[in-house]
This record gives sequence, C-alpha cells and structure tokens, in this order.
Amino acid sequence: MSDQSNKKSLIEKITQTQVWRAIFRTGIPRNRRQRMMVMLNGVFLHLHPVRLPKHAVKVKYTWCMGGLSFFVFLVLTVTGILLMFYYRPTVEYAYGDIIDMREQVPLGIMREVHRWGAHLMVITVWLHMFRVFMTGSYKPPREFNWAIGVVLLVLTMLLSFTGYLLPWDQLAIWAITVGSNMAGATPLVGTSGPGSALLAIGDVNFITSSSDARFAMLGGRFVGEGALLRFYVLHCIGLPFVIMIFMIVHFWRVRKDGGISGPT
Amino acid sequence: MEHLKEIINTLTNPKILFPSILFLYFFIFPPNDYLLKINKRLKLYNIWTKKGAVVLFSLLIGFFAFGLTDPNFQKIVAKPDNVPIVGLIFLVVFFLWLSMYQARENDQRIAQGKLPNEAEDAKEKILVWPDLVYIEFIALILCAALLLTWAMVLKAPLEEPANPSVSPNPSKAPWYFLGLQEMLVYFDPWLAGVLFPTVIMIGMMAIPFIDNNRKGCGYYTFEDRKMAVSIFMFLWLVLWIFLISTGTFLRGPNWNFFGPFEYWDIHKLEALTNINLSEYVYMIWLNRSLPSNILLREGVGFLLIALYFGLAPLVLSKTLFKNIYHRLGVLRYSVFTILLLLAVSLPIKMFLRWAFNIKYIVAIPEFFFNI
Repeated sequence: MSDQSNKKSLIEKITQTQVWRAIFRTGIPRNRRQRMMVMLNGVFLHLHPVRLPKHAVKVKYTWCMGGLSFFVFLVLTVTGILLMFYYRPTVEYAYGDIIDMREQVPLGIMREVHRWGAHLMVITVWLHMFRVFMTGSYKPPREFNWAIGVVLLVLTMLLSFTGYLLPWDQLAIWAITVGSNMAGATPLVGTSGPGSALLAIGDVNFITSSSDARFAMLGGRFVGEGALLRFYVLHCIGLPFVIMIFMIVHFWRVRKDGGISGPT
Repeated sequence: MEHLKEIINTLTNPKILFPSILFLYFFIFPPNDYLLKINKRLKLYNIWTKKGAVVLFSLLIGFFAFGLTDPNFQKIVAKPDNVPIVGLIFLVVFFLWLSMYQARENDQRIAQGKLPNEAEDAKEKILVWPDLVYIEFIALILCAALLLTWAMVLKAPLEEPANPSVSPNPSKAPWYFLGLQEMLVYFDPWLAGVLFPTVIMIGMMAIPFIDNNRKGCGYYTFEDRKMAVSIFMFLWLVLWIFLISTGTFLRGPNWNFFGPFEYWDIHKLEALTNINLSEYVYMIWLNRSLPSNILLREGVGFLLIALYFGLAPLVLSKTLFKNIYHRLGVLRYSVFTILLLLAVSLPIKMFLRWAFNIKYIVAIPEFFFNI
C-alpha cells in the first residue's frame, strides 16, 4: 500500500517539474478536458480531430490502411536513410555494397525491411483506395482528395520502380529495361513510338534514340551508369520530396473536407 | 492427383479461364436490377456471409496447400519476390469479402427501412484520445511486427550482378506493373505502356466527377450503387489483380503461358499464326494482294475503330445505358463511355486474338502505329 502511494508521488513529482510541464503542456490526459487538450496541443496528434463519430474509428470500416500506408512510408524513410550510408550508386560499387550489407552487417535486415516494406506500401495503398471506393468516400465533397490520392498512388509505384534498379542485379536492370522500353514507345517523343518520324525537317530527325523520352529517363541509350544515378537521385530525393508535398495536401484535405466519410 | 493437376492446368489457360470469369462476373457483381434478381435467385449473394467466407477461404487455402505439394508450383509461388503477390491475393479476397459482407448487411437493413450500421454507430461521438489513438498504436505495432518477421524470415532477393549482354527469360517488370506487361501481348507498347496507363490515371481521377449518384457515401453498400461497384470491381479485380497474378505465376519463358503445375520449359513452342485485319480482308476474303496506299489498306480497321468510339456510345445511350445517359447528361456520359470502351477494348482484343488470331486491327508498322 505504502509502496504504491510512494510510486504515485514519484510520478507526480516528475510530472510537476518545470521541464516536464514545458514539454507536455496538458499533463497525462486523465479527464475529458485533458483528453481534448492533448489532441489540440500536439502538432502530430493535431492531424486528428478531437471527437469523432463512433463508426469512424471501427477497424471494419477504415481497415486502417491509410494510416498504415503513412506508417510504412515513415519506416521506408528511416531504413532508406540508413541504407544511404552504405550504398554508393555507381556501376562499380552498387552491387558489392548490397552484398556487403548482407554479408558484413551482423543481423542486418535493413535492406529486407526496406524492400518488403516497399511491397507492403504498394499493397496498403491499393487496399486503402479499395476501401475508399467501397464506402463511396470519393463522393462530394471529397472528389479532389481522391484525385490527390491517385497522384499519391502513382508516386508510390514510381518510388518502388526507381528503387528496383538500385541493387544493380539482373532482376533490377532487366525489369527497368522492360519498363523503360515503354518510354521509347511514347507517341511523338519516343523513337519507336507512332509519329516520331513526323518530327523532322527534311532528313533530319529530331527524335532519335539519343534524344527521346527513353533517353531522358535513363540518361543514356540503355540502362547504365546514367540511369543508376538518375534513379538514385529520384528515389532518395526527388520523388520523396514530391510525395511529401502531396501527402501534406492529402491529409489537410481529409480534415478540411469534413474528416473521414460517414453516412449523412 | 496428376489428372487433377492436368485439369487445373487446362482450366487456367487464359483462353478458358478469362471468358469463364467474364461470364460469371456479372452474376456475382450484377450491374443492373435484372442481373441482381438472377444473382439473388441463385443465392450468389450468400458468398458474402460468414459461411461464404469459410467456403471461400477453404477453397483458397486448399488450392495453395494442394499446390505446394507440386514442385513446379512451389518453385514459382515460394520465390521471395512472388510472396507479396500471394499475400496480396489473400488480402484482396479477405477485404473484398469484408466490404461485401458489410454491404450485404446494410442492404438488408435499408430494405427493411432501417439506417445502415454506420449511421447507427455515428450517433455516438467518441474522443480520439484514447479511442482512436490506441487503435492506431496497435495497428502500427502489428504492422511493424509483421514487417520485421517478414524481413527476418525471407531474404531480399538478389540475383547475379547486372549484365547487359545476358537477358533473363522471361524478363518481368516489377509485379505491380505486370498487368500492363500482360497488355503488351495484345497491344503495342505505345498503347499498353503509355496511352493506357495515362488513361487509367485520368480515368481514376475522373471517377468522382462521373459518378453523380449521391447515395452510398460513407457506408458499405452494393444495391445503392450497383453499377459503380460492378464496374470498379471489374477493373480492379479482373483487369488488375487477375492480370497481375497471371503475369506473375502463369507467364514463363518467352512470355508463354504455363499452367500452375506445368514445368517452365524454355523450348515450349507456341505457333505464331496471328495476322492483321487488313490481311484478312484483302488476302483471305478478297483474295488479292494488299494495296500500297496505307489509308486504303487499313480503311476497314479505321472504320471499325471509328464506329467503336463514335457509334457505340450513341447506340448504348438508346439501349443498355438509357438510364445512365439520362442521369449523367451528355458530357459526363461521353467521358464515361469513352473510358469504359477503352477499358473493355482489352478483353475485346483478347477475344479477337484467341478466336480469330487477329494481330492488329489497324497495322501501320511504317509509322509504328498499330492498334
């Protein structure tokens, strides 16, 4: 009995220090007012409203897939940063660095977490969109946020696609070769696309294998050094930057369009 | 056992499997009242009950358990990079069932004049701290646990170092693009790899602006929005998930088709007997050589395409889509039918290929313009 009261007072002592109260404005949320304040005071929790209709928190309604997509994205960011310490995006080193991560790091599973996480994120994003469709949540006033969601879906797949090349193994370059050959077939601006021969003055073609859409994507005529660097920069900096901006808009709009959908 | 495998190998051939799925599809997800009536008479709506789930998952797990006894099946399904797709199949089936189960319940409630379950729940307001925050916390921990276990059990795949002079057979795109790669069998890269992905993106963004049915927002339902759900399921389950699964598990060397229990033989030969529509018209029907004028040569093809996109929407607006046409108005209806016709062009081209060996409807290889 006395033990318990001692503990309690210790907690109370800690939570009443100036440092604690400077960090946690509301204290431990015990009563209704504190539980509301804790949502309003924190920048991250402030993504959520304070109160919700009950259906909106039920897992069978939300499937948790949107939140999990964001969580997996954060996991990928953290593991990705760790991988960047060891990985050099050159034809000479890339493959060896990947081998080293497997062979030299005791219990190293960061690449595994990163790779499987990438697959998982594609799946969770799809399932999130599936849920949003099945509950008709794209209907007014949420039309625009659905469109943002489609952009996020495309960016997710592009992130996964650019990451696919980085291990620089057979699986990587040939998957990217299959994918990038499509770019060469773009109408008008791909060498093997319809209409590319029309962009010419006399005998001089503007669209050649070293000036078409595929070349712009790969930084070369085939998947080589240029492509590896391009994909690396896009994968680590370019696309994450863009997807974060769209994510901010997406989350903001969820709140501004009236929160999670529900029957009216 | 071997006979059963033979039968499954034959049945999974896309020429048999795909048309059967197409046929069954509209009874399982009926887009209109007439088909819904048949669906209910056949008691197909009962798939979305708890008993239905037991049957559904017994079949699915049974198939994989049986399959894993076969070395050929095991080799492909247990490949580390294919594991996510096995997971995806189970997850999609589960969430499909979960959404339709709730939809079925809600539809029954609405038929009795009650509110959907979500509306009953929504009457009560709860605080996000702790009621939502702890659900998120648990979901997050479970997800992290799953990811860590997965990472510890399965090594991330790493093949031989990149070698531009040795191409693996088959060369596959990342799994989430395999639906597009499957389209390459039937369409040229500028369609399958560029135009269709663009149209898919634009089409998806257009969904909320086309679907002007105000009912069915914020709760699971099927009957309040039959048409929308039916079309979406067709695109998502049949043209996306099914094609990805086919591309992953059933496409082997030289992009030939292999049954799930078939050995991936590099030397399997498939007769290439595909011919263009223009060759059909001039060489087989009219029994003469192809005209040298391209427009004349491909005239029939161009005419068919023009009729498909020009006349089909008009005819449909007077017949099958009469109600939709009135509900959507001219602009929405035009966008809707063009997108739908583009999507349906894939199964149509598949059918033309399988039934008549049609390679291209319009073939102008001189300009890389083949449809």
